[in-house]
Amino acid sequence: MWQPTLTHYLTVAAILFTIGIFGIFLNRKNVIIILMSVELMLLSVNINLVAFSHYLGDMVGQVFAMLVLTVAAAEAAIGLAILVVYFRNRGSIAVEDINMMNG
Amino acid sequence: MIVQAIAFWVFAIVAVISGALVVANRNPVYSVLFLILTFFNAAGLFVLLGAEFLAMMLVVVYVGAVAVLFLFVVMMLDINFVELRQGFVRYLPIGAVIGLILVAELIIVFGGWSLAPSVTSTIAAPTPAVDQVSNTQALGMLLYTRYFYLFQASGLVLLVAMIGAIVLTHRERVGVKRQKIAAQVDRARTTVEIKNVPSGSGI
Repeated sequence: MWQPTLTHYLTVAAILFTIGIFGIFLNRKNVIIILMSVELMLLSVNINLVAFSHYLGDMVGQVFAMLVLTVAAAEAAIGLAILVVYFRNRGSIAVEDINMMNG
Repeated sequence: MIVQAIAFWVFAIVAVISGALVVANRNPVYSVLFLILTFFNAAGLFVLLGAEFLAMMLVVVYVGAVAVLFLFVVMMLDINFVELRQGFVRYLPIGAVIGLILVAELIIVFGGWSLAPSVTSTIAAPTPAVDQVSNTQALGMLLYTRYFYLFQASGLVLLVAMIGAIVLTHRERVGVKRQKIAAQVDRARTTVEIKNVPSGSGI
């Protein structure tokens, strides 16, 4: 029961993933918190990959976790750059106003 | 073994609590700091799973780069965060219900997870024994051989992200005086007049 198994790690990852979705629901207006929630979700996916990699004895899971890490870093940089440009144009970061960008 | 169990529970509980505080916090600066705490604890979980290189990677990339980027943006932009929190209480019940359903479903699915005995024959790259090859070395041997193209592609992703971020945030300011080396080099000879001054007389 107290000894960590694959199920324990998967449960931790599931809870973190749910917290990420929960954060997107609650902070519908704050893009910064939404980006942080996305980072949390990607982290939970990484925990899943590494846990499976360990309990299966397969290194490929860690390779994929590293690729996910790369993409997450790129996503954060682009997201924050878009946020800065948006703030410069509008003076706010409210998500509801973003639909004015549609053509 | 008992140490491992204690470490797991500490890391897991702190990670979940600080993850919850990331989304529930009033002040985004505290949110970023709790995000950093979450990443540190996830790195601890990675170490427990024997993925030391990824754990260090998580600390370096996330805490060192991404979280600091978030911190910069939060502090640089002059945002009224109280206004942005409107609707928090309104969405709380529906969000809690959906979150509980989702976590229950995920735990039901993952809770009964067991690896079939035949799955060991499908392993793509078996983890070498820890006392012979370290985790970093094993990862490198895989990454630089079989997954070399993926590795290069992820480098390209980072390059494109960097160029994109620079192009998005760069702006030409008017009224800024800069040195234009090309214009200086190109300048016509006639703009400089050379005078032959006899010594001791002046012009």
